[in-house]
Amino acid sequence: MKRIALISTLFAGVLLIWGTRDFPSWGDPNAPASRHVSPTYIERTVEETHIPNAVTSVLGDYRGYDTMFETVVIFCAGIVVISVLRRPDA
Amino acid sequence: MKKDHSLPQDRPIGPSLIIEVAVRIMIPFIQLFGLYVIAHGHYSPGGGFQGGVVLGASFILMAIAFDLKTSLRFFSLRANAVMASSGVFIYSGTGVLCALMGGLFLDYSALDAIIPLGPVEWRSMGVFVVELGVGLAVTSIMASLFWDLSSGGDMDKGL
Repeated sequence: MKRIALISTLFAGVLLIWGTRDFPSWGDPNAPASRHVSPTYIERTVEETHIPNAVTSVLGDYRGYDTMFETVVIFCAGIVVISVLRRPDA
Repeated sequence: MKKDHSLPQDRPIGPSLIIEVAVRIMIPFIQLFGLYVIAHGHYSPGGGFQGGVVLGASFILMAIAFDLKTSLRFFSLRANAVMASSGVFIYSGTGVLCALMGGLFLDYSALDAIIPLGPVEWRSMGVFVVELGVGLAVTSIMASLFWDLSSGGDMDKGL
């Protein structure tokens, strides 16, 4: 059983590494992500949101839903540590 | 800060005058820098997460340099829990408020119906409100994580 697990893990890993050969090279201006979404954000951030920092506008506005649940994840981590460790008399 | 002479004597190093004076000088500047990073996230690298971590680190530094009780005197457990919850509530509440005012969830331009600043300006202001919520939550969770993990949950003696 252990051998099957090892073989399947190695197989999946080799498959994933092999799959990265089809990725666009790092920073490629012709990659799909660099052709649609990124130029739109960079060009229209200031006129659409009045935020001069494109990173903040993507983080807080265009991708606000993602950031909201990042906050919730941190909150959950704190709540879990409190509920596991903290004693009621403290 | 009130001088506390009842410092624990059973620590390996014991109270050190140099460390305490240095930390006492540093903490106001660290906290001011944390607030600056939160408030200046629109113009420079920074925002709620980074500024919150800096603010939380000031309380962790206080707990390391003095002891855990000292940092609890400046940031009580009740205030900590209230701040963490209200931070998340501010973020999600802003989103719900946007939806109630007729926009989409987290579409800050809908808040123009409450305070007329212009829809585009409100998208900038909405990000700031949301970053404040993130900063509150991250600050208190960072401090609370350190307190619980370093003292094993009894809030008596830290590192």
